[in-house]
Amino acid sequence: MAIVETHNLSFDYIRRDDEGNVTGFTRAVNDVNLSVEKGQFIAILGGNGSGKSTLAKHINAILYPTEGYVLVDGKRTSEADHIWDIRQKAGMVFQNPDNQIIGSIVEEDVGFGPENMGIPTKEIWERVEEALKTLGMWEYRKHSPMRLSGGQKQRVAIAGVVAMHPQCIIMDEPTAMLDPSGRKDVIRAARALNDVEGVTIILITHYMEEVIYADKVFVMGKGEVRMSGTPREIFSRIDELEELRLDVPQVTRLAHELKLRGMTMLPDGILTEEELVDAICRSYSIM
Amino acid sequence: MSIILDHVNYIYSRGTSDEVKALDDISFEIKDGDFIGLIGHTGSGKSTLVQHLDGLLKATSGHIYYNGEDIYDKGYNLKSLRSKVGLVFQYPEHQLFEEDVFKDVCFGPKNIGLTEGEAEIAAYQALKAVKLPEELFYVSPFDLSGGQKRRVAIAGVLAMEPEVLVLDEPTAGLDPEGRDEILGLVKQLHDEEGITIILVSHSMEDVADYVHHIIVMDKGRIHMNGTPKEVFWHASDLERIGLAAPRVTYIMRKLKQAGYNVDTTATTLSEAADSVLGAVRL
Repeated sequence: MAIVETHNLSFDYIRRDDEGNVTGFTRAVNDVNLSVEKGQFIAILGGNGSGKSTLAKHINAILYPTEGYVLVDGKRTSEADHIWDIRQKAGMVFQNPDNQIIGSIVEEDVGFGPENMGIPTKEIWERVEEALKTLGMWEYRKHSPMRLSGGQKQRVAIAGVVAMHPQCIIMDEPTAMLDPSGRKDVIRAARALNDVEGVTIILITHYMEEVIYADKVFVMGKGEVRMSGTPREIFSRIDELEELRLDVPQVTRLAHELKLRGMTMLPDGILTEEELVDAICRSYSIM
Repeated sequence: MSIILDHVNYIYSRGTSDEVKALDDISFEIKDGDFIGLIGHTGSGKSTLVQHLDGLLKATSGHIYYNGEDIYDKGYNLKSLRSKVGLVFQYPEHQLFEEDVFKDVCFGPKNIGLTEGEAEIAAYQALKAVKLPEELFYVSPFDLSGGQKRRVAIAGVLAMEPEVLVLDEPTAGLDPEGRDEILGLVKQLHDEEGITIILVSHSMEDVADYVHHIIVMDKGRIHMNGTPKEVFWHASDLERIGLAAPRVTYIMRKLKQAGYNVDTTATTLSEAADSVLGAVRL
């Protein structure tokens, strides 16, 4: 069953001059049809300006389609009656953790979402505890968020979304401002939410390494979905990715280079270090 | 040209309960023409350190010498230091503010006392150096793409003709092609214009590909200082402080364990490919 569907979704940003008169339109998303099943881990790749963030903002009704429509759990996002329901079902995590945290203590920040939904106090605290434990941040519950590292802040922001019990979480470049260990922690948390809690994850990123475990990858360019498939299928198409300002994981790139330079028995679309080492051991003897 | 840091310490919020030692006994030298990578996890002191290099922060104790002069001496011209050591902050495009690109790039040189005409020449040369197409010189900076905005922001610093350029995570938030463009530009500024570069980065792969020398920071101290090969040799030590070696280095180690005679000090993709091709029977 699909949790998110877009049907011929197009969106125009309106350009205005200093007086506010409309001077033109910029099409940011053009005729996008995609469907995300409940429980999937989806990745969306795309260069700067490819329309991926604009697409994401349609899924929790921050933006409404210029043409076409978006369904979240079968409900149209453009109908005003559905908006709170949709924002509770499809939560969003943004790039900069500092812009998403409002509480002065971690547990209060995480409790803000459910409180806003009118959840009874006792249940709020249960949800806060559950969310912070899921994200590995329970021991920091009494800390000030300002004292946490970037990766910890981002996990608090995700806990705030988790406490609203969403069916789907959209993460818009959640690791762009983090260091390597912060990045690893956030991606690990996203995978655990998907594996253990069954939450549908839609991850938007510029880091190719982060999408190798996704069930399906959509690649955007100039507002359109230009490629879709498993990570292995997508990363086998290096030339097309480069045209879209993208890249492949370094392991995939090394395998590709070795193949071009004579190791023709290596398969396409190698994603992990283990796969590459195994493939070399299987097909090539030691000199 | 050289910058020498001599036992530099810096304490935030000194004398309060929030006192934090952000820099702890830092000593090293940056020589003319160096291309240095500065790595360390969030909060390790990298940003605090780079803000000392052009005198934005003043050390609690210790000395910094620029071309043999102590920048903390009475009468030392900090304003001229700031034009010689150009600092490009994280997300520098957030600091663009003028109505068109050209005016924005003129702001820095005018601010350090160049005449209108001199500033315009410097701005023109800087925009040329970052390879911004001329038809974009007079558009609003807000109409540019992310990568273009960042190049304009870098041009704003280059227009002051710095001898040293410090870039704090210049590729954050850019797509892979934008990342390659910015790093290619930085390399060209180093190789062709002879500018000394200090690159603060969270990407071990980028650091391995571009820099000649790495300084690793942890808890306000210099944890390691050496060539990429020397530093990345200590992969598990780096992991302990929240960092890592480039992916290819790990692959070389696994192949070595599997019996192949590969070079486990390889840190770049081309080194790794050469080494693997030399170690297998085709």
